[in-house]
Amino acid sequence: MSIAKKNPVRILVSKPGLDGHDVGARVVSMAFRDAGMEVIYTGLHQTPEQIVKSALQEDVNVIGLSILSGAHIPVCTRIMQLLKEKDATDILVVVGGVIPIRDRGQLQRLGINGIFDQNSTFDHMVQFIESQIKKADKTNLRDP
Amino acid sequence: MKPKDTDDAVRYTESKLPLKTFYSPDDLKETDYKRDIADPGVFPYTRGIHPTMYRERLWTIRQYAGFGSGEDANARYKFLLNQGQKGLNVALDLPTQLGYDSDAPQAYGEVGRVGVAIDTLDDMERLFDGIPLDKISAAFTINSTSSIILAMYIAVAEKQGVSQDRIRGTVQNDILKEYLARGTYIFPPGPSIKLACDIIEYCLKNIPRFNAVSISGHMNEAGATGVQTAAYMILNARVHIDDLLKRGFHIDQIAPLIAFFTTSKEHFFESIAIVRASRRLWARLMKDKYKAKEKRSMLYRIGLAADCGNLIGRQPLNNITRIATRALSSILAGAQALALPAYDEAYAIPSEESARISLMMQHILADETGIPDVVDPLGGSYYVESLTNECEKKMNQIIDDIEQRGGMLDLIERGDIQRELAQQLYEEQKNIQAAKKTVIGLNKYALEDEDIARYESQMHEYDASIQERQIKTLNKIKSERNNKEVNALLKELELAFKREENVVPFIIRAVKEYASIGEIVQTIEGLYGRFRPETGV
Repeated sequence: MSIAKKNPVRILVSKPGLDGHDVGARVVSMAFRDAGMEVIYTGLHQTPEQIVKSALQEDVNVIGLSILSGAHIPVCTRIMQLLKEKDATDILVVVGGVIPIRDRGQLQRLGINGIFDQNSTFDHMVQFIESQIKKADKTNLRDP
Repeated sequence: MKPKDTDDAVRYTESKLPLKTFYSPDDLKETDYKRDIADPGVFPYTRGIHPTMYRERLWTIRQYAGFGSGEDANARYKFLLNQGQKGLNVALDLPTQLGYDSDAPQAYGEVGRVGVAIDTLDDMERLFDGIPLDKISAAFTINSTSSIILAMYIAVAEKQGVSQDRIRGTVQNDILKEYLARGTYIFPPGPSIKLACDIIEYCLKNIPRFNAVSISGHMNEAGATGVQTAAYMILNARVHIDDLLKRGFHIDQIAPLIAFFTTSKEHFFESIAIVRASRRLWARLMKDKYKAKEKRSMLYRIGLAADCGNLIGRQPLNNITRIATRALSSILAGAQALALPAYDEAYAIPSEESARISLMMQHILADETGIPDVVDPLGGSYYVESLTNECEKKMNQIIDDIEQRGGMLDLIERGDIQRELAQQLYEEQKNIQAAKKTVIGLNKYALEDEDIARYESQMHEYDASIQERQIKTLNKIKSERNNKEVNALLKELELAFKREENVVPFIIRAVKEYASIGEIVQTIEGLYGRFRPETGV
């Protein structure tokens, strides 16, 4: 059930790279939408450039990446680089999919705010994102 | 005293079919052995497509494998063949599956990761170096670029001295399930079906024992129930059959080239019933609707795999148990080939050790259990025969429903089925997260603070140097080949598309001159563009 919120979180959900298994991203998009977020789902085969461009165009608070192919390090490195270049590092980036534990430290050091996998619940993901936004809002004032 | 059949705690299969407490002869009153079940190898083949099944010939052990370069995969294949694997099941990397060469910007980070990197015929030659194609058959999980991979396979076989008509193997070539579940489509549906049917037509004429299309059940991993997937597979097969009938071929020329592939899921007995029901439904469809005369047209030949989507990354060794139950149901169902994932495929490409465990699982089932000694051991079970009947009935309902709504192709193009499946998966995920559906190790008997990282020490490692190596090889090939000839052949290919001819011979010629996958795909892309569907979310 959709809950209309005053300042809904805007999230871009995307499938970077060539991995074509998109049902997870679609399902998570539905969960975010039902939790009251405004979701833009880009579909498949997005390049990092396209993702960052869409994120800026859509003025999102969060980018959510769904990666199951194992290419998360090169993809995230490129995306974080682009966000830096565009001076858009206030956009939160969360990643879901198949992310080995051993790579999570590296992703966090790149600036990825949250990492989810098949065992993460919808509630956890929503709460995590909302709490991160709240934290960021305290330090970075955005227009309501 | 016989216990009453109570309704207050109804159980359901994964496909939501209701289950009684027990079954008895009463449940099979409408079932006629000769008409509905019959002996193995006898129409409608409910009990198996051959009279002796595994007694005479075991299912093909066909473990899915591939990564890195042609040489890397070649080494793994030789290891698997040495360990008793009978047929190859080639995994290709995403750039190859999506028509990008290893030097394309879109290929960055993906070269040789989830499968072998193939750019030109040279890579295919390395892949099969020392593997005799007159003795070993190879199945390729390739779809949009099936024509190119098939052309390379033919070229390699010819170089080995194996004539086309003796080549055995499969190209998956099922573009419809790509739109539904797997996402490696390139072109829009119309041209993609045309290309897929060109392949079937080519094989029909030149390699009639080749499986030119393996209609697949990946929808199982994208939100569909087992029964839905089986119904969609029948419908998807028919799209190809109908196209080839329009080209003037007879059903008995077409149907023998169609094979099937799907996954066995968590519900043990339903997985078995679905395969038996599919065999019967297909036989009846071919005979009654399509008027097939040849036995070979009526055989629903199926390869099975354990469902990867239900492998769990928590307490992953439990996946061995999960895989074993799927392996058992697959064999009891009478599969022609079996591919088992490894327990670590919940989070990685299989390591050598985990791959070996799954391979040995096949050998143990084959050589130690005695199961292969008797055909269709569950035949006659009141439960299994009843469930088979229910599955066939439900499959037919779904098929009728889809046809009434405009047919599979139409619904796929509109994104309707994809939306429905995503909704179903969403509901299922909510059930799992609310612990309404049990997943051991996840929502029941989970370990607090589980040290998952310890499993990763055994993980297969991606060799990041592969991209550079592939690009170097590709550049070398491009500098050594006859570029004038390649360009001429690509131009001829383009014209063949425009003239709506069968393009496969043109692709074979281009491939033999070492035209790359990217170059060939770009030629086709110039005509039809890359397909960007509605996201429907």
